[in-house]
Amino acid sequence: MQYLLLIYREEAAAERATKGDQEAMHNEYGAFTQAIIKSGHFKAGDALQPIRTATTVRVRGGKALTTDGPFAETKEQLAGYYLVEAKNLDEAIGIAARIPNARDGSIEVRPIMVMARPA
Amino acid sequence: MTPPANAPESIDRLYRSEYGRLLAGLVRLVRDLQVAEDLLQEAFAAALEQWHAGVPENAAGWIYATARHKAIDRVRRRVVESGHGASLADLEADRNDAPAAEDPLRLFFTCCHPALAADAQVALTLRTLGGLSTEEIARAFLVSQATMAQRLVRAKTKIRDAGIPYEVPSADALEERVAGVMATIYLVFNEGYSATFGDAVVRRELCADAIRLGRLLTELLPALVEPRGLLALMLLHDSRRDTRQDALGGLVRLEDQDRSRWDRAQIAEGAALVEQALRAGPPGPYGLQAAIAALHAQAPLAAATDWPQIAALYGLLLQAQPTPVVELNRAVAVAMAEGPERGLWLIDALDARGDLAQYHWVSAARAELLTRLGRDAEAVVAYERALALATNDAERRFLADRLQRLRSPEKQASGK
Repeated sequence: MQYLLLIYREEAAAERATKGDQEAMHNEYGAFTQAIIKSGHFKAGDALQPIRTATTVRVRGGKALTTDGPFAETKEQLAGYYLVEAKNLDEAIGIAARIPNARDGSIEVRPIMVMARPA
Repeated sequence: MTPPANAPESIDRLYRSEYGRLLAGLVRLVRDLQVAEDLLQEAFAAALEQWHAGVPENAAGWIYATARHKAIDRVRRRVVESGHGASLADLEADRNDAPAAEDPLRLFFTCCHPALAADAQVALTLRTLGGLSTEEIARAFLVSQATMAQRLVRAKTKIRDAGIPYEVPSADALEERVAGVMATIYLVFNEGYSATFGDAVVRRELCADAIRLGRLLTELLPALVEPRGLLALMLLHDSRRDTRQDALGGLVRLEDQDRSRWDRAQIAEGAALVEQALRAGPPGPYGLQAAIAALHAQAPLAAATDWPQIAALYGLLLQAQPTPVVELNRAVAVAMAEGPERGLWLIDALDARGDLAQYHWVSAARAELLTRLGRDAEAVVAYERALALATNDAERRFLADRLQRLRSPEKQASGK
């Protein structure tokens, strides 16, 4: 099965971090990503630009409404994701728990929906 | 699903005793809880039709084989979607026609997976391993059948779509996951034991179901100590259930309960399990609570209770489970062992921290100790505070009664 691991963390806290802490975190992510590439779990993964760069689009009555910022204010913001291949939820949870931001933020584990292929 | 209506007693009995095990085996085969439930139900329906002449010798095996053949049929007719269902080869290869010994354990871990909400874990465990009908579970938890059915469907859908595994967790995760299973079983028990509302018969059966599940868990994990502690704890609590309330539904304190009506056979079984658990290694929270319950249950009179030992066990429990409620219980035990002043000192220290500000039993325990010390005016204030915080009717009646006695003129007259 494939799972999307959504990384949420407090952006403000991350921005307050010292240069040294940021570098340490960066290196940890590098090592983690290499590890799950090697183990064959990695499918994709990226970090996202901060929430202040976000734009929300909605189409209502055929008209696109574009607004600044995210749809909802939350304490933690989406900061990045991994797409992984895992045997089952337990394996996906095990991988999610090793993501560096699991320690100060939270990881949402979402199974990818399998669409029936047209015959 | 229930045993088919008008089922002969033999089928009904088989359903009660074998449902969980058979279902667990079928889940391994077809890899889908809902499909396995449907197959099992169909197999029981077939038994009802075909067993007029007589019940086969290996009745459970007949049911299992019938369900397996129905599964093969479904795969052939592509009713079971590939991806969720098992392969035809797997289904045809399994000719033992009996669930594997480990199957119920796997199902326990699936139903009590931490990715499911606690109420869903409870409902699923009762439905699958307990073999209760949706209606029975709904009645026990005082929700409508539709609500309970929806809760079960959601849980099963999550198991399927999120890929919650059907397997015994790896050794490093086992202890934590067993703790989750035990918590779910104890939740079932407490739902039957603690609530003072609802149908008494339904609540009694819920306790029996929890004990049955606890027994199954000890059989499946014979090397682990804590499941035995849990089973002992439930047996010991349950041995007193008939004496905990008076005829009017009022609470009866442990010391005032009629000990001749406690279930001696259950106490003996529980106490033996406690001894096994204590001998096998350092006891966990359930084992310690069971040891405390055993000391209460074995005291011939309330006055003969081994309070110093109970206070010491609460001390150990507090280390294993440092919660304010355990701290309060320890303070009460210390008061019994060493005198009310010492207990009151511990409770006041706990009260000052404010962790249990909303918990009425803190004030009730204070009031009790103040009464014993003859500090009636302070006791009245403490009972009033407890009464203001209590929400359960039986508990409120109990506290109001204590307060009434303290305030009554006879008491004041005799006190002077």
